[in-house]
Amino acid sequence: METYYSPDDLVKFAEIGEDAPELWKKFSAWYGEVFQQGALSEREKALIALAVAHAVQCPYCIDAYTQASLEKGSNPEQMMEAVHVAAAIRGGASLVHGVQMRNVEKKLGAI
Amino acid sequence: MNKATENPDCQFNNFDDALKESNLFPLTSTGIEVLQINFGYLCNQTCKHCHVQAGPHRTEIISKETLESCLEILRASEIPTVDITGGAPEMNPHFEWFLKETAALQRQVMVRCNLTILLESKFEHLAQFYADQRVQVIASLPYYSKRFVDTQRGKGVFDRSIQALKKLNTLGFGDETTELLLNLVYNPAGAFLPPSQAGIEADFKRELWQRHGIRFNHLFTITNMPIGRFRDFLVKTGNYESYIQRLIAAYNPQAAAGVMCRYTLSVGWDGSLYDCDFNQILELNCNHGAPDHINEFDFEELRSRQIVTGLHCYGCTAGAGSSCGGTVVE
Repeated sequence: METYYSPDDLVKFAEIGEDAPELWKKFSAWYGEVFQQGALSEREKALIALAVAHAVQCPYCIDAYTQASLEKGSNPEQMMEAVHVAAAIRGGASLVHGVQMRNVEKKLGAI
Repeated sequence: MNKATENPDCQFNNFDDALKESNLFPLTSTGIEVLQINFGYLCNQTCKHCHVQAGPHRTEIISKETLESCLEILRASEIPTVDITGGAPEMNPHFEWFLKETAALQRQVMVRCNLTILLESKFEHLAQFYADQRVQVIASLPYYSKRFVDTQRGKGVFDRSIQALKKLNTLGFGDETTELLLNLVYNPAGAFLPPSQAGIEADFKRELWQRHGIRFNHLFTITNMPIGRFRDFLVKTGNYESYIQRLIAAYNPQAAAGVMCRYTLSVGWDGSLYDCDFNQILELNCNHGAPDHINEFDFEELRSRQIVTGLHCYGCTAGAGSSCGGTVVE
Protein backbone atom coordinates (compact mmCIF):
# COMPACT_ATOMS: atom_id res chain seq x y z
CA MET A 1 0.00 0.00 0.00
CA GLU A 2 1.67 3.18 -1.20
CA THR A 3 -0.90 5.62 0.19
CA TYR A 4 -3.75 5.35 2.67
CA TYR A 5 -6.14 7.11 0.29
CA SER A 6 -6.67 6.09 -3.35
CA PRO A 7 -9.41 7.35 -5.70
CA ASP A 8 -9.94 3.75 -6.84
CA ASP A 9 -11.05 2.85 -3.33
CA LEU A 10 -14.18 5.00 -3.54
CA VAL A 11 -15.82 2.56 -5.96
CA LYS A 12 -14.97 -0.26 -3.55
CA PHE A 13 -17.18 1.26 -0.86
CA ALA A 14 -19.87 -1.39 -1.37
CA GLU A 15 -17.34 -4.12 -0.53
CA ILE A 16 -17.78 -3.00 3.08
CA GLY A 17 -21.04 -4.94 2.92
CA GLU A 18 -19.34 -8.28 2.34
CA ASP A 19 -18.49 -8.71 6.00
CA ALA A 20 -21.75 -7.36 7.44
CA PRO A 21 -24.38 -7.48 4.66
CA GLU A 22 -27.45 -6.67 6.76
CA LEU A 23 -25.88 -3.62 8.33
CA TRP A 24 -24.65 -2.42 4.91
CA LYS A 25 -28.10 -2.92 3.45
CA LYS A 26 -29.66 -0.80 6.16
CA PHE A 27 -26.97 1.87 5.85
CA SER A 28 -27.37 2.01 2.04
CA ALA A 29 -31.14 2.33 2.22
CA TRP A 30 -30.93 5.06 4.86
CA TYR A 31 -28.13 6.90 3.05
CA GLY A 32 -30.06 6.85 -0.22
CA GLU A 33 -33.19 8.15 1.47
CA VAL A 34 -31.31 10.97 3.19
CA PHE A 35 -30.26 12.50 -0.12
CA GLN A 36 -33.69 12.37 -1.75
CA GLN A 37 -35.57 15.60 -2.31
CA GLY A 38 -37.48 16.44 0.86
CA ALA A 39 -37.93 19.64 2.86
CA LEU A 40 -34.46 20.42 1.46
CA SER A 41 -33.66 20.12 -2.23
CA GLU A 42 -31.16 17.59 -3.55
CA ARG A 43 -28.89 20.52 -4.43
CA GLU A 44 -28.98 21.89 -0.88
CA LYS A 45 -28.28 18.45 0.56
CA ALA A 46 -25.29 17.96 -1.75
CA LEU A 47 -23.89 21.34 -0.67
CA ILE A 48 -24.33 20.44 3.02
CA ALA A 49 -22.58 17.13 2.34
CA LEU A 50 -19.76 18.98 0.58
CA ALA A 51 -19.30 21.32 3.53
CA VAL A 52 -19.39 18.46 6.05
CA ALA A 53 -16.92 16.51 3.88
CA HIS A 54 -14.47 19.38 4.34
CA ALA A 55 -15.17 19.60 8.05
CA VAL A 56 -14.46 15.89 8.55
CA GLN A 57 -11.72 16.08 5.87
CA CYS A 58 -12.84 12.98 3.98
CA PRO A 59 -11.19 12.91 0.52
CA TYR A 60 -13.69 10.34 -0.77
CA CYS A 61 -16.60 12.54 0.26
CA ILE A 62 -14.97 15.66 -1.19
CA ASP A 63 -14.53 13.83 -4.51
CA ALA A 64 -18.09 12.50 -4.52
CA TYR A 65 -19.84 15.68 -3.39
CA THR A 66 -17.85 18.04 -5.58
CA GLN A 67 -19.16 16.06 -8.53
CA ALA A 68 -22.64 15.72 -7.00
CA SER A 69 -22.88 19.46 -6.28
CA LEU A 70 -21.94 20.31 -9.88
CA GLU A 71 -24.44 17.76 -11.19
CA LYS A 72 -27.17 19.23 -8.98
CA GLY A 73 -26.53 22.65 -10.51
CA SER A 74 -24.27 24.39 -8.01
CA ASN A 75 -21.41 26.49 -9.32
CA PRO A 76 -17.84 26.91 -7.99
CA GLU A 77 -18.67 30.21 -6.25
CA GLN A 78 -21.53 28.61 -4.30
CA MET A 79 -19.44 25.55 -3.49
CA MET A 80 -16.53 27.63 -2.18
CA GLU A 81 -18.94 29.57 0.05
CA ALA A 82 -20.14 26.23 1.46
CA VAL A 83 -16.53 25.27 2.22
CA HIS A 84 -16.07 28.62 3.97
CA VAL A 85 -19.11 27.86 6.12
CA ALA A 86 -17.47 24.56 7.14
CA ALA A 87 -14.16 26.32 7.79
CA ALA A 88 -15.88 29.07 9.80
CA ILE A 89 -17.60 26.55 12.02
CA ARG A 90 -14.37 24.62 12.53
CA GLY A 91 -12.46 27.84 13.25
CA GLY A 92 -15.23 29.18 15.45
CA ALA A 93 -15.42 25.90 17.34
CA SER A 94 -11.74 26.23 18.25
CA LEU A 95 -12.02 29.87 19.14
CA VAL A 96 -15.10 29.56 21.32
CA HIS A 97 -13.14 27.14 23.52
CA GLY A 98 -11.09 30.17 24.43
CA VAL A 99 -13.93 30.88 26.86
CA GLN A 100 -13.01 27.68 28.70
CA MET A 101 -9.41 28.80 28.73
CA ARG A 102 -10.45 32.10 30.22
CA ASN A 103 -12.58 30.30 32.82
CA VAL A 104 -9.50 28.35 33.93
CA GLU A 105 -7.37 31.51 33.88
CA LYS A 106 -9.95 33.24 36.10
CA LYS A 107 -10.05 30.32 38.51
CA LEU A 108 -6.29 30.39 38.76
CA GLY A 109 -6.30 34.10 39.33
CA ALA A 110 -4.31 34.80 36.19
CA ILE A 111 -6.84 37.32 34.85
CA MET B 1 -1.48 -7.27 -26.90
CA ASN B 2 -5.00 -8.06 -25.76
CA LYS B 3 -8.16 -6.69 -27.33
CA ALA B 4 -8.79 -4.17 -24.56
CA THR B 5 -5.32 -2.70 -25.10
CA GLU B 6 -5.94 -2.36 -28.83
CA ASN B 7 -9.21 -0.52 -28.28
CA PRO B 8 -9.68 0.93 -24.79
CA ASP B 9 -13.45 1.16 -25.35
CA CYS B 10 -13.71 -2.67 -25.34
CA GLN B 11 -13.49 -2.63 -21.55
CA PHE B 12 -16.90 -0.94 -21.28
CA ASN B 13 -20.30 -2.58 -21.34
CA ASN B 14 -21.52 -2.65 -24.96
CA PHE B 15 -24.45 -0.28 -25.56
CA ASP B 16 -26.40 -2.92 -27.50
CA ASP B 17 -26.13 -5.22 -24.47
CA ALA B 18 -27.72 -2.50 -22.35
CA LEU B 19 -30.51 -2.22 -24.93
CA LYS B 20 -31.00 -5.99 -24.86
CA GLU B 21 -31.27 -5.98 -21.07
CA SER B 22 -34.04 -3.40 -21.34
CA ASN B 23 -35.80 -5.14 -24.26
CA LEU B 24 -35.05 -2.29 -26.66
CA PHE B 25 -32.74 -4.11 -29.06
CA PRO B 26 -32.68 -3.57 -31.95
CA LEU B 27 -33.35 0.14 -31.51
CA THR B 28 -35.45 1.30 -34.44
CA SER B 29 -36.79 4.63 -35.61
CA THR B 30 -40.46 5.37 -35.07
CA GLY B 31 -40.77 7.81 -37.98
CA ILE B 32 -39.11 10.99 -39.19
CA GLU B 33 -40.46 13.98 -37.32
CA VAL B 34 -37.28 16.07 -37.49
CA LEU B 35 -35.01 16.60 -40.47
CA GLN B 36 -31.78 17.82 -38.93
CA ILE B 37 -29.41 19.41 -41.43
CA ASN B 38 -25.78 20.14 -40.67
CA PHE B 39 -24.76 23.17 -42.70
CA GLY B 40 -21.09 22.44 -42.19
CA TYR B 41 -18.26 22.90 -39.76
CA LEU B 42 -17.42 26.52 -40.55
CA CYS B 43 -17.89 28.65 -37.42
CA ASN B 44 -16.76 31.99 -35.99
CA GLN B 45 -15.99 30.28 -32.66
CA THR B 46 -13.76 27.40 -31.56
CA CYS B 47 -15.51 25.97 -28.51
CA LYS B 48 -13.71 23.61 -26.19
CA HIS B 49 -16.50 21.02 -26.18
CA CYS B 50 -17.65 21.24 -29.80
CA HIS B 51 -18.39 17.72 -30.95
CA VAL B 52 -18.03 18.63 -34.63
CA GLN B 53 -14.75 20.45 -33.95
CA ALA B 54 -16.00 23.49 -35.83
CA GLY B 55 -13.95 26.62 -36.37
CA PRO B 56 -13.14 29.52 -38.70
CA HIS B 57 -10.74 27.45 -40.78
CA ARG B 58 -13.06 24.53 -41.55
CA THR B 59 -14.03 24.39 -45.20
CA GLU B 60 -16.69 21.65 -45.16
CA ILE B 61 -20.07 23.31 -45.86
CA ILE B 62 -23.29 21.97 -47.35
CA SER B 63 -23.86 22.65 -51.09
CA LYS B 64 -26.94 24.23 -52.68
CA GLU B 65 -27.49 20.95 -54.57
CA THR B 66 -27.76 19.00 -51.30
CA LEU B 67 -30.06 21.66 -49.87
CA GLU B 68 -32.26 21.34 -52.97
CA SER B 69 -32.47 17.61 -52.21
CA CYS B 70 -33.54 18.43 -48.64
CA LEU B 71 -36.30 20.68 -49.98
CA GLU B 72 -37.48 17.92 -52.32
CA ILE B 73 -37.72 15.57 -49.33
CA LEU B 74 -39.72 18.15 -47.40
CA ARG B 75 -42.06 18.80 -50.33
CA ALA B 76 -42.66 15.07 -50.78
CA SER B 77 -43.28 14.39 -47.08
CA GLU B 78 -44.98 15.85 -44.05
CA ILE B 79 -41.88 16.03 -41.87
CA PRO B 80 -42.99 18.84 -39.53
CA THR B 81 -39.69 20.14 -38.20
CA VAL B 82 -36.43 21.25 -39.75
CA ASP B 83 -33.50 21.58 -37.34
CA ILE B 84 -30.55 23.51 -38.73
CA THR B 85 -27.17 23.14 -37.12
CA GLY B 86 -23.45 23.57 -37.83
CA GLY B 87 -20.81 25.06 -37.13
CA ALA B 88 -22.44 28.39 -37.45
CA PRO B 89 -25.01 27.61 -40.15
CA GLU B 90 -25.46 31.33 -40.80
CA MET B 91 -22.02 31.41 -42.46
CA ASN B 92 -23.19 29.16 -45.29
CA PRO B 93 -23.94 31.31 -48.39
CA HIS B 94 -27.20 29.42 -49.06
CA PHE B 95 -28.54 29.80 -45.52
CA GLU B 96 -31.08 32.59 -46.00
CA TRP B 97 -32.36 31.19 -49.28
CA PHE B 98 -32.91 27.79 -47.68
CA LEU B 99 -34.69 29.24 -44.67
CA LYS B 100 -37.11 31.19 -46.85
CA GLU B 101 -37.84 28.12 -48.98
CA THR B 102 -38.44 25.98 -45.89
CA ALA B 103 -40.60 28.55 -44.15
CA ALA B 104 -42.70 28.76 -47.32
CA LEU B 105 -43.42 25.04 -46.89
CA GLN B 106 -45.06 25.84 -43.53
CA ARG B 107 -42.59 23.82 -41.48
CA GLN B 108 -41.29 24.64 -38.03
CA VAL B 109 -37.71 25.77 -38.54
CA MET B 110 -35.20 25.77 -35.70
CA VAL B 111 -31.75 27.24 -35.99
CA ARG B 112 -29.00 26.34 -33.53
CA CYS B 113 -27.32 29.68 -33.12
CA ASN B 114 -24.11 30.47 -31.24
CA LEU B 115 -25.40 34.05 -30.63
CA THR B 116 -22.12 35.86 -31.31
CA ILE B 117 -22.61 35.42 -35.06
CA LEU B 118 -25.60 37.79 -34.82
CA LEU B 119 -23.24 40.63 -33.92
CA GLU B 120 -20.78 40.14 -36.79
CA SER B 121 -21.14 42.91 -39.38
CA LYS B 122 -21.94 40.53 -42.23
CA PHE B 123 -24.70 38.82 -40.24
CA GLU B 124 -26.15 41.51 -37.99
CA HIS B 125 -29.37 41.62 -40.06
CA LEU B 126 -30.12 37.98 -39.24
CA ALA B 127 -31.90 38.55 -35.93
CA GLN B 128 -34.57 40.53 -37.79
CA PHE B 129 -34.58 37.88 -40.54
CA TYR B 130 -35.26 35.21 -37.90
CA ALA B 131 -38.18 37.24 -36.60
CA ASP B 132 -39.57 37.75 -40.12
CA GLN B 133 -39.32 34.02 -40.92
CA ARG B 134 -40.72 32.97 -37.49
CA VAL B 135 -37.62 30.86 -36.87
CA GLN B 136 -37.23 29.21 -33.48
CA VAL B 137 -33.81 30.25 -32.16
CA ILE B 138 -31.99 27.67 -30.07
CA ALA B 139 -29.03 29.43 -28.58
CA SER B 140 -26.01 28.00 -26.85
CA LEU B 141 -25.36 29.54 -23.46
CA PRO B 142 -23.70 27.02 -21.15
CA TYR B 143 -24.14 29.15 -18.02
CA TYR B 144 -25.52 32.42 -16.74
CA SER B 145 -22.14 33.72 -15.62
CA LYS B 146 -19.09 34.81 -17.56
CA ARG B 147 -16.60 32.40 -16.03
CA PHE B 148 -18.07 29.10 -17.30
CA VAL B 149 -19.07 30.51 -20.68
CA ASP B 150 -15.73 32.10 -21.54
CA THR B 151 -13.81 29.04 -20.34
CA GLN B 152 -15.80 26.79 -22.62
CA ARG B 153 -16.54 29.02 -25.60
CA GLY B 154 -13.71 31.55 -25.66
CA LYS B 155 -12.79 34.88 -24.09
CA GLY B 156 -15.42 37.57 -24.55
CA VAL B 157 -18.11 35.16 -25.74
CA PHE B 158 -20.31 35.68 -22.67
CA ASP B 159 -20.52 39.47 -23.03
CA ARG B 160 -21.27 39.19 -26.76
CA SER B 161 -23.85 36.44 -26.13
CA ILE B 162 -25.64 38.71 -23.64
CA GLN B 163 -25.61 41.51 -26.22
CA ALA B 164 -27.10 39.16 -28.86
CA LEU B 165 -29.77 37.90 -26.45
CA LYS B 166 -30.81 41.49 -25.71
CA LYS B 167 -31.06 42.10 -29.45
CA LEU B 168 -33.32 39.04 -29.83
CA ASN B 169 -35.43 40.13 -26.84
CA THR B 170 -35.89 43.57 -28.39
CA LEU B 171 -37.41 41.86 -31.45
CA GLY B 172 -39.81 39.91 -29.26
CA PHE B 173 -37.95 36.60 -28.97
CA GLY B 174 -38.42 34.95 -25.59
CA ASP B 175 -41.51 37.04 -24.84
CA GLU B 176 -44.40 34.72 -23.97
CA THR B 177 -46.87 37.13 -25.53
CA THR B 178 -45.27 36.63 -28.97
CA GLU B 179 -44.80 33.42 -30.93
CA LEU B 180 -41.08 34.04 -31.32
CA LEU B 181 -39.37 31.24 -29.45
CA LEU B 182 -35.96 31.66 -27.90
CA ASN B 183 -34.66 28.54 -26.18
CA LEU B 184 -31.28 28.23 -24.54
CA VAL B 185 -28.99 25.23 -24.35
CA TYR B 186 -26.97 24.36 -21.25
CA ASN B 187 -24.18 21.84 -21.25
CA PRO B 188 -21.86 21.11 -18.32
CA ALA B 189 -18.57 23.00 -18.17
CA GLY B 190 -16.60 19.80 -17.56
CA ALA B 191 -16.65 16.06 -17.00
CA PHE B 192 -19.91 15.86 -15.10
CA LEU B 193 -23.54 15.25 -15.96
CA PRO B 194 -26.09 18.06 -16.32
CA PRO B 195 -28.36 18.98 -13.39
CA SER B 196 -32.13 18.71 -13.41
CA GLN B 197 -33.44 20.69 -16.38
CA ALA B 198 -36.28 22.31 -14.44
CA GLY B 199 -33.99 23.38 -11.58
CA ILE B 200 -31.28 24.94 -13.73
CA GLU B 201 -33.87 26.56 -16.01
CA ALA B 202 -35.28 28.36 -12.97
CA ASP B 203 -31.76 29.52 -12.05
CA PHE B 204 -31.09 30.78 -15.58
CA LYS B 205 -34.42 32.62 -15.72
CA ARG B 206 -33.87 34.31 -12.37
CA GLU B 207 -30.20 35.19 -12.89
CA LEU B 208 -30.43 36.34 -16.53
CA TRP B 209 -33.43 38.51 -15.71
CA GLN B 210 -31.96 40.01 -12.52
CA ARG B 211 -28.46 40.58 -13.90
CA HIS B 212 -29.21 41.49 -17.52
CA GLY B 213 -32.98 41.87 -17.99
CA ILE B 214 -32.98 38.92 -20.42
CA ARG B 215 -35.92 36.56 -20.93
CA PHE B 216 -36.19 33.28 -22.81
CA ASN B 217 -38.73 30.48 -23.21
CA HIS B 218 -37.05 27.24 -22.16
CA LEU B 219 -33.65 25.86 -21.24
CA PHE B 220 -32.53 22.53 -22.69
CA THR B 221 -29.86 20.59 -20.81
CA ILE B 222 -27.56 18.48 -22.96
CA THR B 223 -25.00 15.92 -21.83
CA ASN B 224 -21.50 16.35 -23.22
CA MET B 225 -20.88 13.51 -25.67
CA PRO B 226 -17.56 11.69 -25.27
CA ILE B 227 -16.56 12.42 -28.87
CA GLY B 228 -14.67 15.13 -30.75
CA ARG B 229 -12.91 17.84 -28.73
CA PHE B 230 -14.67 16.81 -25.52
CA ARG B 231 -13.28 13.27 -25.84
CA ASP B 232 -9.80 14.72 -26.36
CA PHE B 233 -10.28 16.79 -23.21
CA LEU B 234 -11.42 13.71 -21.23
CA VAL B 235 -8.42 11.67 -22.37
CA LYS B 236 -5.95 14.49 -21.78
CA THR B 237 -7.20 15.13 -18.25
CA GLY B 238 -7.46 11.46 -17.25
CA ASN B 239 -11.26 11.66 -17.01
CA TYR B 240 -12.24 9.47 -19.96
CA GLU B 241 -12.71 6.14 -18.20
CA SER B 242 -14.53 7.58 -15.17
CA TYR B 243 -16.80 9.69 -17.40
CA ILE B 244 -17.80 6.70 -19.52
CA GLN B 245 -18.39 4.63 -16.38
CA ARG B 246 -20.54 7.45 -15.04
CA LEU B 247 -22.66 7.48 -18.21
CA ILE B 248 -23.01 3.70 -18.13
CA ALA B 249 -23.96 3.68 -14.44
CA ALA B 250 -26.63 6.29 -15.18
CA TYR B 251 -28.15 4.31 -18.12
CA ASN B 252 -31.91 4.82 -18.03
CA PRO B 253 -34.09 2.50 -20.17
CA GLN B 254 -36.86 5.14 -20.25
CA ALA B 255 -34.43 7.62 -21.75
CA ALA B 256 -33.22 4.99 -24.21
CA ALA B 257 -36.79 4.39 -25.35
CA GLY B 258 -37.23 8.09 -26.13
CA VAL B 259 -33.88 9.04 -27.70
CA MET B 260 -34.04 11.58 -30.51
CA CYS B 261 -32.50 9.31 -33.17
CA ARG B 262 -35.79 7.40 -33.15
CA TYR B 263 -37.63 10.34 -34.70
CA THR B 264 -34.79 12.31 -36.33
CA LEU B 265 -32.90 11.94 -39.58
CA SER B 266 -29.61 13.81 -39.75
CA VAL B 267 -28.21 15.07 -43.05
CA GLY B 268 -24.49 15.72 -43.11
CA TRP B 269 -22.86 18.61 -44.99
CA ASP B 270 -21.95 16.23 -47.83
CA GLY B 271 -25.42 14.69 -48.09
CA SER B 272 -24.63 11.59 -46.06
CA LEU B 273 -27.46 10.36 -43.84
CA TYR B 274 -27.06 9.61 -40.15
CA ASP B 275 -29.24 8.69 -37.21
CA CYS B 276 -27.93 11.72 -35.32
CA ASP B 277 -25.42 14.55 -35.48
CA PHE B 278 -23.05 12.62 -33.21
CA ASN B 279 -22.94 9.61 -35.53
CA GLN B 280 -22.06 12.06 -38.27
CA ILE B 281 -18.84 13.01 -36.54
CA LEU B 282 -18.01 9.37 -35.96
CA GLU B 283 -18.78 8.66 -39.66
CA LEU B 284 -21.40 6.10 -38.65
CA ASN B 285 -23.82 6.48 -41.57
CA CYS B 286 -27.34 5.04 -41.57
CA ASN B 287 -26.93 1.32 -42.09
CA HIS B 288 -28.68 -1.99 -41.58
CA GLY B 289 -30.02 -1.79 -45.14
CA ALA B 290 -31.24 1.82 -44.97
CA PRO B 291 -29.95 4.38 -47.50
CA ASP B 292 -26.87 6.24 -46.28
CA HIS B 293 -26.91 9.21 -48.69
CA ILE B 294 -29.52 11.79 -49.62
CA ASN B 295 -29.23 10.80 -53.29
CA GLU B 296 -30.73 7.43 -52.34
CA PHE B 297 -33.35 8.84 -49.95
CA ASP B 298 -36.27 6.48 -49.43
CA PHE B 299 -38.80 7.62 -46.83
CA GLU B 300 -40.31 4.18 -46.26
CA GLU B 301 -36.96 2.51 -45.67
CA LEU B 302 -35.70 5.29 -43.43
CA ARG B 303 -38.81 5.76 -41.30
CA SER B 304 -38.39 2.37 -39.62
CA ARG B 305 -34.66 1.84 -39.92
CA GLN B 306 -32.48 0.22 -37.31
CA ILE B 307 -30.38 2.80 -35.47
CA VAL B 308 -26.59 2.54 -35.63
CA THR B 309 -25.31 2.57 -32.05
CA GLY B 310 -21.99 2.89 -30.23
CA LEU B 311 -20.46 3.60 -26.85
CA HIS B 312 -21.24 7.33 -27.19
CA CYS B 313 -24.98 6.50 -27.14
CA TYR B 314 -24.72 6.19 -23.36
CA GLY B 315 -24.46 10.00 -23.45
CA CYS B 316 -28.09 10.28 -24.60
CA THR B 317 -29.43 7.65 -22.20
CA ALA B 318 -27.83 8.79 -18.94
CA GLY B 319 -30.13 9.98 -16.17
CA ALA B 320 -33.05 11.95 -17.55
CA GLY B 321 -31.60 11.48 -21.05
CA SER B 322 -30.26 14.04 -23.48
CA SER B 323 -31.36 15.23 -26.87
CA CYS B 324 -31.17 18.37 -28.99
CA GLY B 325 -34.44 19.30 -27.27
CA GLY B 326 -33.10 18.72 -23.76
CA THR B 327 -33.97 15.91 -21.39
CA VAL B 328 -35.94 12.93 -22.65
CA VAL B 329 -37.65 11.84 -19.43
CA GLU B 330 -39.60 14.21 -17.16
